[in-house]
Amino acid sequence: MTMEKSVDIMVVDDEEIVRDSLSRWLEEDGYNVEAVDSGKKALERLPAKSWDLMLVDLKMPGMDGIQLMEEVRKTNPDMLVIIMTAYATVDTAVKAMKKGAYDYFVKPFNPDDISLTIRKIVDHHKLVQENLFLRKELKKQYKLRDMISKNEKMLESELFGHEKGAFTGANAIKRGKLELAQDGTLFLDEIGDISLKLQMDLLRVLEQKEFRRVGGSDLIAISSRIIAATNRDLKGAIEEGSFRADLYYRLNVISIHIPPLRERREDIPLLVDHFIAKFNIEMGKQIRGVTEEAMRILMDNDWPGNARELRNVIERAVVVAKGNIITESDVSHPSAARSANHRAKSLDEIEKEHIRLVLNENHWNIVRSAQTLGIDRVTLYNKIRKYDLKKEDVPPKQC
Amino acid sequence: MDPGILQWLRKEMADCLFATVRAMPQVPVPPESYDAGRNQYYSTKILKEMLKEVPEDAFKILGVTDKDLCIPILTYVFGEAQLGGTAAVVSLARLRQEHYGAAPDRPLLLSRLRKESLHELGHTFGLIHCPSRDCVMYLSNTVAEVDGKGRTFCRACMTVVTSQTGAGRE
Repeated sequence: MTMEKSVDIMVVDDEEIVRDSLSRWLEEDGYNVEAVDSGKKALERLPAKSWDLMLVDLKMPGMDGIQLMEEVRKTNPDMLVIIMTAYATVDTAVKAMKKGAYDYFVKPFNPDDISLTIRKIVDHHKLVQENLFLRKELKKQYKLRDMISKNEKMLESELFGHEKGAFTGANAIKRGKLELAQDGTLFLDEIGDISLKLQMDLLRVLEQKEFRRVGGSDLIAISSRIIAATNRDLKGAIEEGSFRADLYYRLNVISIHIPPLRERREDIPLLVDHFIAKFNIEMGKQIRGVTEEAMRILMDNDWPGNARELRNVIERAVVVAKGNIITESDVSHPSAARSANHRAKSLDEIEKEHIRLVLNENHWNIVRSAQTLGIDRVTLYNKIRKYDLKKEDVPPKQC
Repeated sequence: MDPGILQWLRKEMADCLFATVRAMPQVPVPPESYDAGRNQYYSTKILKEMLKEVPEDAFKILGVTDKDLCIPILTYVFGEAQLGGTAAVVSLARLRQEHYGAAPDRPLLLSRLRKESLHELGHTFGLIHCPSRDCVMYLSNTVAEVDGKGRTFCRACMTVVTSQTGAGRE
C-alpha cells in the first residue's frame, strides 16, 4: 500500500552524505524527495514543483539556511521550512524560528522526532487542501427553489438558460442553473411539482449529461451533482401518473428521508438557534435565545408545516421581541400557540384552522402559503373552496 | 552473532517470503563504517560492502549484526535497505531489552528481529511505509512501535513481494 497523497520535500544541504541518507530515509516513508547542495540551486528548483516542505541546513557556503528561507518566502510566503544544523545554539534556533522556520532540528535527529514533525506537517497540509476543496465546492452550490411558483417556461429558462431572442423578452444570453453549477451541486427543491414535460427534459439531461439552452443549438456538457427534494410521495405520484418512474429511479441514487419535525422534536432547539442566528444577521438584531417557557411552547407544537413553519414563527418572534430574548408572548402566534386543546377537534377542523392561519400569516399569498403548507397551489385552492375560507382583515406585515 | 538466531531467522524468512533462503558465512562489519565519535556503525557503508558479496544466484541479501547502527542524519536506525534494490541490514543492538535496562527476553528479541528483517527486505522489494498498523511495513522508530505492529505484510504489500519472489525463483 502507498500513502494517500505524494508529498514533495526539498532537502538542501552541502554535505552529500546528509543529502543521501536523509533522502533515502524520507523516500522509505513514501515522500518524493529532491536534494540539492546549495541555496542557489534550491532557488532554481523552487518553481519546478509545488513543494510541501523544505529541510534546509543552516550552515552552507554562500547562502545560509536562514537567508535561503527569506529568499523563498519572497515568492512562497507559506512555504514550510525546517532548519537543520550540526551546531546547536539557542541563539540560532531562536533566530530561525523568529524568521518563520516551522521547526529546528539538531543533527543527528531522533528518527521519531523528525517522523512526527513531518507527519504533522503532512496532516496539516491535507487539512488545508481539503478545506480549500470544500470552499471551492461550496461556492459552486446553486439552488432552484420555488419550482411550484414558476410557470414552465420560466422554470425551463431558469434551469437550462436561454439564447438571445429565444422568446419575447430574451434580450441577452442567460446561463441557467445547470450551467452555473458546473462541477458543483444543483439543489432542485419541490421536484415533485414540476410538469411532465420538464421531468422529461431533466431526465434527458441526467441520462446524457448534456443539454441545450432554450433556443440554442449547441450541446453543453454538465458534470454537476444533483440533489432533489420533495414533500410529495413520489411513488404514489408515479402510480397516479403525475411523476415519471424513470426520472424517479434516475434521481433516487441516494435517498434521505427527513421525518416530520414532530417526530424529531430534539431538533427543534437546534433549528430555533439556527433561525435566530440567521434572522439576527438579516434584521440586524441581537437576539440571544428563547426563554424556557417559549421553548416549551415550541417543543409542544406539532408543526404540520415542519421546519418552514417553525422558521416563520421564529422570524416573526425576532421581529416582535422587545428585548434580546424571545419570550412566550413572542411565540404565542396562532401558528405556534396550538396546544393540547386542538387535539380534541376533528382533523378537518384542525386542517381548516391551520390553513386559515397560514393564509393570514402570508397575507393570502397563495404561492407562499402553499409552500408553507407543503402542498401545491391546486390543492390549496381546493381546500379553500372545501372549507369556504374567506380573506379576512389581515394586519399589515411587520418587517 | 549467535548462529542459532541466524538459522532461526533463515527459516522464518523462507516461510514468510516463499523463497529459498540460505545463510552465508559470518563476516566482520567493515571497519570504515565505524564512527568513533558516536560509537556506532554507519549502515549505508555496511550496505555498500555487502553489495560486493552478493552471490550470483541471490535475489536479495540481508545482513544481520549486533552492532548499533546509524545514518549521519539520525541518532540510530534499526536497519537500512536500498529502496527497490538488493541489500538490507538489520541490527539487534536496539531490539534487545538489555539496551533499555530490562532483563533479556529472547522470544521478544526474535519477534522484533523477524519484523525488522521483513520490514527492511520489504523496502528492497520497493515497498514504502504502510499506513496499516497491522502491516510489518508500518513505520516503527521505537521498539514499542515494532512490538505494536503486525508480524507480516498486509495483503497489498504481500502482493508486491510475492509478485517478485516468484520472478526470483525462475
